[in-house]
Parts: sequence; structure tokens; C-alpha cells
Amino acid sequence: MTLTTFLQHGLTGISLGGAYALIAIGYTMVYGILRLINFAHGEIFMMAGYFMIFAIASFPWFLAIPIVIIATVILGVLIEKLAYKPLRSAPRMSIMISAIGVSYLLQNLATYLFTALPKGYPSIPFLKKIFQIGDVSASLVTIITPFLTLALVYLLILLINHSKMGMAMRSVSKDFETSQLMGIKINQVISMTFIVGSFLAAIGSILYFTDRMTVFPFSGMLPGLKCFVAAVLGGIGSIPGAVIGGFILGIGETALVAMGYSTFSDAFTFAILIVMLLFRPTGLFGEKEVDKV
Amino acid sequence: MKKLDFKLKLLLSLILAAIALALLAYLDANRGQYSYTLSILERSAIYAVVAVAMNLLTGFTGLFSLGQAGFMAIGAYTVAILTIPVEARDAVYYVNGIADGLANAHLPLWAALIVGGIFAAVLGWLIGYPVLRLKSDYLAIATLGFSEIIRAFISAPQFDRITNGSYGLKSIPSFPSTFMVFGVSALCIFLMVMILRSSYGRAFRAIREDETAAEAMGINLSKHKQMAFVISCFFTGVAGGMLAVYMRSIDAKSFQIGLTYDILLIVVLGGIGSVTGSILGSFLMTAGREWLRFFDDPLMIGDFSVPLFRTGFRMVIFSLILMAIVLYYRKGLMGTKEFSWDGLYRFLRHNLYLRWRKPVAGPKGGDGQ
Repeated sequence: MTLTTFLQHGLTGISLGGAYALIAIGYTMVYGILRLINFAHGEIFMMAGYFMIFAIASFPWFLAIPIVIIATVILGVLIEKLAYKPLRSAPRMSIMISAIGVSYLLQNLATYLFTALPKGYPSIPFLKKIFQIGDVSASLVTIITPFLTLALVYLLILLINHSKMGMAMRSVSKDFETSQLMGIKINQVISMTFIVGSFLAAIGSILYFTDRMTVFPFSGMLPGLKCFVAAVLGGIGSIPGAVIGGFILGIGETALVAMGYSTFSDAFTFAILIVMLLFRPTGLFGEKEVDKV
Repeated sequence: MKKLDFKLKLLLSLILAAIALALLAYLDANRGQYSYTLSILERSAIYAVVAVAMNLLTGFTGLFSLGQAGFMAIGAYTVAILTIPVEARDAVYYVNGIADGLANAHLPLWAALIVGGIFAAVLGWLIGYPVLRLKSDYLAIATLGFSEIIRAFISAPQFDRITNGSYGLKSIPSFPSTFMVFGVSALCIFLMVMILRSSYGRAFRAIREDETAAEAMGINLSKHKQMAFVISCFFTGVAGGMLAVYMRSIDAKSFQIGLTYDILLIVVLGGIGSVTGSILGSFLMTAGREWLRFFDDPLMIGDFSVPLFRTGFRMVIFSLILMAIVLYYRKGLMGTKEFSWDGLYRFLRHNLYLRWRKPVAGPKGGDGQ
């Protein structure tokens, strides 16, 4: 492998990892607060892809992007209100089944509304501009993805560490019931979590699909699961962990594809998950959980 | 509490079984006319086996596993490879040829189903060893991961000469008779019910209720969890084998996560922890999809075509119904109860009989009395 191809693949991997990281944050935050694997998160990401196709048809890109973000956030909050809120006192398995149900519903809804055939993802001209650095060529989206990811994560960490809402979030993720007794409005905090998660998923979807070019009703499923794995890998509940997990998976997957084992790239993700769960179930940056009887 | 006479119950059960058999024989005799109905019933019976196997894990032992599709794939591929007629194999493996050791390996269907089940069980044993230490949602995601890994291996070009990679396997001979599908399914479910009624079954339930208490009572947690997992994998593998024979041609795409979700929703619909519920659920769910088919066709009232009715609408309605059950009717159809003639009798007595004889001073509330 020459240096050029190596750099080329490295760039692709980092860019894919950035998109994964943004989606993984959604999983890690929801899990941190509700102890729920939000199986519908991948579908939210897929719907964001479809929103873009329709938004760009009637608006210029600088209006279309905010519209997509707002629509995705509304979808995410709506799902939480309709499908998870009624089950707040139910056993954890019920909420998880509800999440699987929502993901099934969104897939069917997308098949109904947009047909099962892959739809072309609009290419936003400035994102697609090709840059040439030495022998390595990359579109702008590939280059800005990692930087955008890091910038957004920095802002998010600021929000969580230095704002009132962020403090409430941290408190709820530590102890749900005590925070409630302390007067924290749980429902607001949970809504905020879904707003942040969906916002990042919308941006992640723009970055991810601009490189992939097509969207179809099941295109959220595997990336969704992989990003969950990224979140587990980094230590569920930890935001820097999710970001690092996302980058590890993105780079690892691209490396496997580059070596010609593309059929195993999905298996690689899950193999990492299983090895991780066995040897360090709390992930790279997770807190140690104490089992109470 | 009034109970029915044992002989009467036996008689009722025999009559029910006879009616079911007669109906089946009738449908089978008029195969040309009813092939569609029969194929739906066959699929339901196969799904019922997987659903009961999943329930054995999730409902009775409290282990939430989402690996069903993977274990079904193992069973399906084993049965397919072992039953495709030897002369047809060159045509099936026309791209890469078949592995030398497998070229003449052929088994009758019943033996192949057992081998498929055993392969799934052995794999389940290997996977269960590390994975069963995990709890609730971590276990779910790890088993789901394994199911995806199995699928990746099946479609990998490195195994082309065994699984035929992305081309899939075709020309799997069909069932010799319809009765075999229902017979094997009934046998599998019967065996699982027997296991659940044995002391092992009671141990599984104790683990579900409280692991610490079960351990204190002297139940070996890891041994029993492993056992439940392996049993469930065995029957899932057998059912997967039957699915392969039912579909006649399979590829790795037939065993995606969606299949696991389907089974999970059947279990939820029937009631987590009820065997009869799972059976009922699988028939209702498979048939329900067909009943809702009119949503897919354009609906015309006079000259006005109702806008929502077009391809795919059926599945939206279907998933909305499922969501409604998950949210508002969490117990499912049967909850953790089982069907019994006594239960049916009580149900009828309370809902019909008491209605025209109001003055009978029944116990307050009246449910379950």
C-alpha cells in the first residue's frame, strides 16, 4: 500500500468515524439518562436523510439544512413523548420493546411514503467540492467532518458542564429519583436530551449521506447499531467515550474494507462489542457500576 | 372456584385437535384452491416454534436475547446444504462449486432438521458461555451482534463453497406433506412445554423472578441459564431449517435483524411468559398481515379514490397496531396465563352467563374467581 492510498483511506475512515461519533452521542446521552437503548435513533437518522431530499427540492441549501435539523428534532421529541413517556414506570424491557416497535414503525412508514427503492441524496455543491492535497484528493465534506464533530462535541461538553440544564442532566443520569425529589423537572431534561441527540443525528446524517449518495428505508438500521456499539465501546453515558468509539469503529471499518474484507466490516463492529463487553463491560471511559442486591 | 371434570377437558381437547386435523386435511385435499391459506398457516406454525423458543428464554428465564435470526440462519443453511438433491448441486453452486466434503453429504429431511438444531445448539453453547454473564440490555445487544456476525460469515466470499455466498441456496426440496410442518412444529412446542413443566422449567422461572433468591435456593445460575439458552437455540435452529424448506430458496438477506424483531413482536403480542400466547400471536401476526392487505390496494368510493390507500399502507397500520399493544396493552393477549378449558369456562361464565342472570351475587370485581 502506498502512502497516498494509506492517507486516502485514513481520511475516509476519520470522516466516517466523525459521522458515527455524532450519532453515538445520541445513544450515549439517552442511555445515560433513561437507561434505554434507543433503537429508533438509527431510524431518526434515516428520516433526517429523507427530510433533506425534500427540503432541498424547494429551498436553497442554507435554508434546507436548518429545516432538516428542526424537523429531525421535532421527530425525536415526538417519539419520546408518544412512545417512551407513557412507559416511564414500566420495566426496562417494555421500553426497549417500545423502541424496537418505533423503529419498525418508522421503517414501514418510510417504505410507504418514499417507497423501498433507494433515493438519490442531494449533493450540496460546496460540500462536494474536491480538494487536492498532494496526491490525496478529498471532498470538502470528508475534510470538515472530523473538525465539525470535534467542535460540536466541545460545545456539547460546555453545555453539560457549565449550564443549568447540563447540571440537571448530569444529576438525572446519576440518580433519576433523587433528582426528581430535588425539584429537577425530569421531563424537560429528557426532552432536552432527545433534542440534542436528534440535532446531532441530523448533522451526522447530512455528513454521512453526502458521502453515500442514497437513502432507503433500512439505511438507518446498521449505522444505528454500529453507533450504539461505538457508544458501548467508549463507555455508555460518556460523551468523549462515544466520540472516541465512533472514530475507532469508523477507522477500523475503513481499514477492513481497504484490505479487502468488506463483508466482515459489520462483523468486526460486533466482534469489538462482544470482546469489550466481556473484558471491560463499562467501556473505555465508563464509570464502574455497583450491583446492588 | 368451579373446575371442569378432567374427562370433559380431555374430550374437549381431543375434539379441538380432531377439528384442527380435519380442517387441515380438507385444506390439503383442495390444495389448488387453498394453497395461499395453507402457506400462511405453515409459516405461522414455523414462527410459533421460534416464538415459543424465544419465550422460553425471555418470558420464562428472563434472558432477553435478540439472536434468533442468526440461529435460524444456522439451522436453515444446515438443512438446505444437507437436503438439496446431490444431482442439483452443480446447478446451485454454479459459480464456485461445492466444497469437496459436502458434495455427497445428503440426509433425509427429518435427520437434517435435527442436525440443524444441533449445530445451532452447539453454537449457542459456545456463544452462551461468555455472553450469558451479561445482564438485560447488554445481553440483548451482544446476541444481536452475534446474529449479525453469523450473517456476515454466511455471506462472506471465503465460505462460498459451503454457503454459496451472496448467491444463496436454491432448489431445496419442499415438505413431503403439509402435515409434516404442523407435526414437527407441534412436537417441538410439546417438547418445550414438557421442559418448562419439569424441575428445570421451575428453576428457569425462579431465575426470572429473582436471581439472588434462586441462587440461595441452590439453583446453579450459570448452568441453568446456559441450558435455557442452548434449548432455545436448538428449537430455533430446527424452526430455521423448516423455514428454509418452506421458502425453497434462502440467502443471507432472509435472516436480517428484521426477522428477530418480527418474532419479538409475536412474543409481545401473545404475552411474554405464555406459550399458548406465543402460538396464538404467531398465527394472528402472520394472518394479520394478510387480512390488512386491502389497505395496499387503491380504494375507490364512487369516482373518488381515497388518497392513503396504496402499497405499504398495510404495514404502517400493522406497526401502529403493534405499537398500541406495546404501549397500552403491555401484557399482550394472554399475559403470563396459559390457555385452559377452566379459564375459558370461567371467562364465558363471567362474560355471558352472569349477564342474563344478574342477581347471582358474584364475588366483587369478579376477575379470576
